[in-house]
Amino acid sequence: MNYLVIVIAAVLVNNIVLMQFLGICPFLGVSKKVSTATGMTGAVAFVMVLATIVTYLIQKYILDSLGLQFLQTIAFILVIASLVQLVEIILKKASPSLYQALGIFLPLITTNCAILGVAILTIQYEYNLLEGVVFAISHAIGFGLALILFSGMREHLDLMDVPKGMKGTPIALLAAGILAMAFMGFSGLV
Amino acid sequence: MNQIQNFTKGFIKENPVFVLLLGMCPTLGVTSSAINGLGMGLATTFVLVMSNIVVSLVKSQIPDKVRIPSFIVVIATFVTIVQMVMEAYLPSLFKSLGLFIPLIVVNCLVLGRAEAFASKNNLGASIVDGLGMGLGFSFALTLLGAVRELFGSGKLFDVTIYPEDYVSLLFVLPPGAFIVLAYLILVINKVKKA
Repeated sequence: MNYLVIVIAAVLVNNIVLMQFLGICPFLGVSKKVSTATGMTGAVAFVMVLATIVTYLIQKYILDSLGLQFLQTIAFILVIASLVQLVEIILKKASPSLYQALGIFLPLITTNCAILGVAILTIQYEYNLLEGVVFAISHAIGFGLALILFSGMREHLDLMDVPKGMKGTPIALLAAGILAMAFMGFSGLV
Repeated sequence: MNQIQNFTKGFIKENPVFVLLLGMCPTLGVTSSAINGLGMGLATTFVLVMSNIVVSLVKSQIPDKVRIPSFIVVIATFVTIVQMVMEAYLPSLFKSLGLFIPLIVVNCLVLGRAEAFASKNNLGASIVDGLGMGLGFSFALTLLGAVRELFGSGKLFDVTIYPEDYVSLLFVLPPGAFIVLAYLILVINKVKKA
């Protein structure tokens, strides 16, 4: 039951992009086409789950046991940066087709605040490892849901007759606002 | 480019939020009131100026291949300092900014200036650049926060302007952030052309 609450809360109620404002850069940056949005979602999900597991272990067994909690920010960002690099190298060798699909998105992920945000939140909410993994997976699903819905909207927006001053970013932000309003309908679900 | 231009470019012409669209997560996430926006803006300015100083001082010592990780460590150090100082002296602001304080590390604006400006320019120019960009960022966040606070709770910097019966709660909720920013960008684009 507990896990179900985590999933519903993370995917719908506290959607990471639309309600918590994490990962806005890829949300606005790579949402012009549905296909790139799907690729980005895959890469984010992969790194987010991996990063949450690794940072959790580092927090529990290194930082907590040595009393070095104040190094959390520095340690986590370094771990995430090297993890992204490592994933890139391994994917290139082990699965060239997956690398082809995710490759160009991987370097962008280091500065995606959704990854660091979820890693820190897992520690703040005092989840155990399994709950942390569920938390990370459901946030990744929430991220993908928002990103793919939004890219679908933007593909349609391209065909619309938008007022001149509104073209580009302003109309995209307005569409995101309306999408966020729709997601507000889920509040109170858990 | 002279120093004055270097300083003022961050406000309108190359405003990090309205024009360059950098650092959007804290921009949208913390601006439910003007005070929060200003606090976040000044915290980011501090990190930006300090990391610009350090990066510009050590730029010749860092091998090219590891420069990005080195910059991130420098930035993370100053973010940790901000985090500790704010928790000690401004606990209520620290609480309302929450997760977004450690997330200054991954604010593309800070890393962007370190990479694009401080690693290529001397100390003086880097400080001016950091201050200008940081204050431009603060200006944008405060403006966004002020508009949202005014329409969403009838207050401005916690001073009541009009009674709460007339407010539209939507503006302080997440959708309001997107919508107000959309219109602010529209206005800034108009101002920039004029």
